[in-house]
Amino acid sequence: MEQLKTTPSQTVGPFFAYSLTAEQYGYAYNSIINNVLTVDGRDKIHIKGQVFDGAGMVIPDAMIELYQADVSGKYRDMPINEKNDGFTGIGRMGTGTQADGRFVFTTVKPMLADGLAPHIHVILFMRGSLLGLHTRIYFSDEEVANQNDELLNAVPAERRPSLIAQKKETDGTITYLFNIYMQGANETVFFES
Amino acid sequence: MDDLINTQPPHLYPDYKSTILRSPTKPLILAKGFNKDLSMPVFGESCISEMDNDLTKNASTGGQPIGERIKVAGKVMDQYGRPIPNALIEIWQANSAGRYIHKLEIHDAPLDPNFLGAGRMLTDKEGRYQFYSIKPGAYPWGNHYNAWRPNHIHFSIIGHQLDQRLVTQMYFPGDPLFEYDPIFQAVPKHARYLLIAKFRMDWTDPEFALAYEFNIVLNGSKQTPFE
Repeated sequence: MEQLKTTPSQTVGPFFAYSLTAEQYGYAYNSIINNVLTVDGRDKIHIKGQVFDGAGMVIPDAMIELYQADVSGKYRDMPINEKNDGFTGIGRMGTGTQADGRFVFTTVKPMLADGLAPHIHVILFMRGSLLGLHTRIYFSDEEVANQNDELLNAVPAERRPSLIAQKKETDGTITYLFNIYMQGANETVFFES
Repeated sequence: MDDLINTQPPHLYPDYKSTILRSPTKPLILAKGFNKDLSMPVFGESCISEMDNDLTKNASTGGQPIGERIKVAGKVMDQYGRPIPNALIEIWQANSAGRYIHKLEIHDAPLDPNFLGAGRMLTDKEGRYQFYSIKPGAYPWGNHYNAWRPNHIHFSIIGHQLDQRLVTQMYFPGDPLFEYDPIFQAVPKHARYLLIAKFRMDWTDPEFALAYEFNIVLNGSKQTPFE
């Protein structure tokens, strides 16, 4: 069967905010995808980080998307019918709203079955990026599962730490730190499908 | 991969200067087969407001934006031509003077109080979508001396699996700025036409709006006809 040609990707550019992340940036347009993936108070975690360019500068005009399963390892199959309706499984945040270019998500740690380590899919878009970049967040407190994860094992050992978010617990709040480095010694691992 | 099959731009394209410090330098790791169980969340109709696909009205001021009214319509499908229903399409663009409402935009062309420049909709069961808008103007940018972007509308599409996530730009036929624009030029020559909408006289709304067709083809690695 002859295949159609896939539509080429183009950069998201610097001006996506009033459409894709309008509420976060204070534009007069609603958002149906936001940085809070769960309205439930239980099992809540935060994921925080910054994106750094090849000169070590924080990137203030990137957009991060998360796609993930819930605490029982299930990807959402019900349509999302209002914003933050239960656990949405999809999150989005621009890095232009915090003074330090930080992204902050409120979500849950997914559970994955069949020997796979828990992980969150990340897609990064920004000016200067002609293609969406895919990476994954794994968790520092899942050492055994991480060691057995087939995809992590396909990554050269010295590059694996770039995929592992570091757990920090203060006053009962659990935060995982996950910085993204475009280049340099700690360059983040990106995946293609 | 056969050079004529790849339609995608490279990560690093030095003529587009921002790619130099923002593109990966190490090879990407192949994750094929590792995302099988991931289906993307789908949005229900209640997420979308009635005016979300009409940018001539959704600033909700009651006034008309200035510029040439256009209809942009098409189909979202996979590589086998099968429609992708319920895909979320989000768009954004400059106004007819080439000005974005974004707060950090410094180009001094006028804002249009009756134009927001953002919209969204879901594809129907045949994968179809349709927006009304105003033809966006060209605008200057800082990539190199006297750099101007061709007229374009930004598109973001979320399909049903992880590799059906696409952000792109739709251009208009015959734009004289194509040959000077490194973002457009970054796409392999044989694939650039895929980003140019087709003028459709037969789709115009007489006395109201000209029409353009822009079809979007996403990856379709799952559920191929051979499975």
